[in-house]
Amino acid sequence: MTLLRFPKAIEDALQAGDLSQSRRGFLGASGALVFSLAISAPAGKALAQVAAAGPYVDPDFRQLDTWIVIHPDNTATFFVGKTDGGQGTGTAFRQMMSDELDIAFDKTRVVMGTTDVTPDQGGSGGSDAIETDGWPMRRVAAEARRALLDLASKRLDTPVAGLVVRDGAISVTADPTKSVTYAELVGGKRFDVALTGRNINDTTGVATVKRVEELRVVGQSLPRYDIPPKVDGSQTWAVDAKRPGMVHARNVKPPMVGAKLRSIDQSSVSSLPGFIKVVSAGNYVAVVCEREEQAIRAARQLKAVWEPPVTAPFPTSEKLFDYMRAATPTSASAPEVKGDPDAAFARASRVIEAEFEVPFQGHTAIGPAHAMADPSDGQITIYSNDMKSYGLRNGVAEFLKMPRERVRVVYMEGPQVYGRTAADDVGFEAAFLARELGRPVRVQWMRDEETAWDTKGPAYTFKLRGGLDAQGRLVALDYVARAVDYNHLGYNVPDTVLIAQLMGRRPEKPPAGNAETPAVMYAIPNSRMRAEVVSLPLAWETPLRTGNLRDPNGPQVTFAFESFIDELAQAAGADPLQFRLDMIAASPEDAAFRRARSLATIRAAAETYGWDKRPSPRPRQNGPVLTGRGIAYTYRSNTVVAMIAEVEVNRDTGHVFVKRLVVGHDCGLVINPAGARSAVECGSLHGLSRALWEEVQFDTQKVTSVNWVSHPSLRHSDTPEKIDVVLVNGDPNPKRSDLPHYGAGETSHKPVIAAVANAIYDATGVRLRRAPFRKERVLAALKAAGRA
Amino acid sequence: MVSLRVNGATHEVDVDPATPLLYVLRNDLRLSGPRFGCGLGQCGTCTVIIDGVAARSCIVNVGRASGEITTLEGLSKDGALDPLQQAWIDEQAVQCGYCQNGQIMTARALLNKNPNPTDAEIRQGMEGVLCRCMTYYRVQAAIKRAAGRPVTPSRGA
Repeated sequence: MTLLRFPKAIEDALQAGDLSQSRRGFLGASGALVFSLAISAPAGKALAQVAAAGPYVDPDFRQLDTWIVIHPDNTATFFVGKTDGGQGTGTAFRQMMSDELDIAFDKTRVVMGTTDVTPDQGGSGGSDAIETDGWPMRRVAAEARRALLDLASKRLDTPVAGLVVRDGAISVTADPTKSVTYAELVGGKRFDVALTGRNINDTTGVATVKRVEELRVVGQSLPRYDIPPKVDGSQTWAVDAKRPGMVHARNVKPPMVGAKLRSIDQSSVSSLPGFIKVVSAGNYVAVVCEREEQAIRAARQLKAVWEPPVTAPFPTSEKLFDYMRAATPTSASAPEVKGDPDAAFARASRVIEAEFEVPFQGHTAIGPAHAMADPSDGQITIYSNDMKSYGLRNGVAEFLKMPRERVRVVYMEGPQVYGRTAADDVGFEAAFLARELGRPVRVQWMRDEETAWDTKGPAYTFKLRGGLDAQGRLVALDYVARAVDYNHLGYNVPDTVLIAQLMGRRPEKPPAGNAETPAVMYAIPNSRMRAEVVSLPLAWETPLRTGNLRDPNGPQVTFAFESFIDELAQAAGADPLQFRLDMIAASPEDAAFRRARSLATIRAAAETYGWDKRPSPRPRQNGPVLTGRGIAYTYRSNTVVAMIAEVEVNRDTGHVFVKRLVVGHDCGLVINPAGARSAVECGSLHGLSRALWEEVQFDTQKVTSVNWVSHPSLRHSDTPEKIDVVLVNGDPNPKRSDLPHYGAGETSHKPVIAAVANAIYDATGVRLRRAPFRKERVLAALKAAGRA
Repeated sequence: MVSLRVNGATHEVDVDPATPLLYVLRNDLRLSGPRFGCGLGQCGTCTVIIDGVAARSCIVNVGRASGEITTLEGLSKDGALDPLQQAWIDEQAVQCGYCQNGQIMTARALLNKNPNPTDAEIRQGMEGVLCRCMTYYRVQAAIKRAAGRPVTPSRGA
């Protein structure tokens, strides 16, 4: 007999025979897991029970009961190992699982990402929620439906073939008065159905998923369940997590990067109201007080002696690109060579060269990093918005040298994730401090700390060379990229999170990092692509540490590559959109029908925009405001995007206003069109912020981008007047029964810088090869070209 | 002891009057609408309405918050959502939602002063409220909807 390993909370509730009641205890009205409702009496009771209930075993993904519970009131709760960064994936999971289970969407709830309650699907990342993790969810829901049909067959004494399923009830086809609900079959009880699969992504029962034409809930623009509580104030967030006896901590960061802590003058804060303790380990320092504002004040007031580093940790941001070009790479990929690029360049009619630069860009979350950790009962529970909560759990267990079974993470809603909360420094800090203090500790970073010290998207330099033949076709390409990505942070790695670095706990060798080559669907017969990583002088304990930022290399690489394609089109005297279509049509690449889908996506964007065929730049305009349009195209995994930007460039000020965006987007089968459009639209605007504003600046001692004045971001006034998101299904057989679903979280973020740069060129005839396009830089470029 | 009026009720709180209002609302009154974003009055995430005017609770000392304070929780009346809250749901104007308290509360104060703002007035009135998920386009659409203006939907196949 299989030993069932259930989430403890579910096991308790099942044994009490009171699942629905107990579930209500820790499920909020929205269906989100809200353990933190500790502040309200009934939920507080549930929390107290659950909090004491360790050890925390891993939910067994090979048991159906781990994924789906049917309640006595004929509703269902889905337990999935993902998190939702605000793109509406939680709603999409419910849609996919409701559809396979044949239960009305509004009779379901979903619980995500809490390590002892939901199976480990790794949390979020890589926009794989729908593309990858959606499949086991669909299969287990289909298996639950099959198991229910089997039970109904016995109960109704009718073969399965003679039964019909609808909205959580099964009836006899020939005699609909004979009927039984899901709740009557398993409500409050276990399925006791074993699943198979080498790993969680392979999890399956014996049932098969529905064909696309059978899906009813998938494809509907259902409103997101998490929005009402977020607009009426009833949502309990990770920032709201509170426990009895909880205290507040704030970090004290080194005032100069690379400085060593020599001494702390505790008397500078010990008489402050609410002061509890200064905790320090190596160069990590935090101040703990009874109240939040007291901790903020004490952390600011703490006097400490720091010894400055002997050498500068990095060059200034102005000198960064020169530094990068002169640096010796720490690693380089073997060049990807196709054909004979040298011979092709020798034969080319024209050779074009260009260099591009992208600075460090940060996450700069609207809500600085935060977590609360509770050390009660010799365990650690971390209340966190870590997008990879399972990784945080494992990382903290290792960091604190505690058995995994005594550590868990309760995932709660928080600000944007986009890769930042997968390198969750603050979760480790809260856990460390909670153990030091023996009390629940809440930590939140301050604004300057977050903007300066969060993980950064790597800065890049690019060198491109292209050869055109006499007909203006691209016959040779040379691509060299350099990224400052040495010591790229992993996911919740216990010896590379910031507190570990500052404490001096680090691996012998920093992670090698990565630089990328473009995602190419173009027919380029001869090419050489090389990607190199360089390091800044200081690799550890530095705020210029790289981590994954929403499609970690995509916006940089696509800016350079798609700008350069535009330059080649211009040199060939071709319409830039047609130039791309021609190269894609001739491409030998066609994985996931990307060729047909790329062509369809670009054409759909062009049609919606009203693209008229002509080369760039447009004929010279007079007047202070110049308008232009630009296109960029790319794909990520199997999702294809074409972005057209229309800009207004003010020649007197250099100000760029992106008036209109058209986004063609093919992510296969769309689970929730409204949700997908929202994610694509907001991802595009996030890219626009990186195109127009975002840049991390620093002197040779510290990052000087520390707040929303020194680090501006997109604002209401920068919002395009019109955004068209066109969802495309460019599959050669668009109605096929097995049309796959791909991700929509990052792809639209990728081509924006390039589309805007190409539109600026179209408007002004001036090519901007360094992002972002702040007005001072644009004006300088216009002046240099005599176009101001 | 500091006395303050929040969402129609009077509260006595035993804190230093120099404490920023935000921490009293969050930690003493257990309200979760206003949230910490910058502590500098730059982003708007902590916005509340004091006597009809949008205020950044992270830089208002609780001892000086003598007016009638409304938080996100206090916008709905007798279980009915504020038209802005409903418009936010209709436009699905949320990604993560962390900043939306500031978006909604600032829009409420804007519409109180100017019930029929033009596009330019909406952009200007909302300029100081940041969103890092970039929901601006939807937020502007929701404000127009709440003000009874036609909204151009984001087009899609």
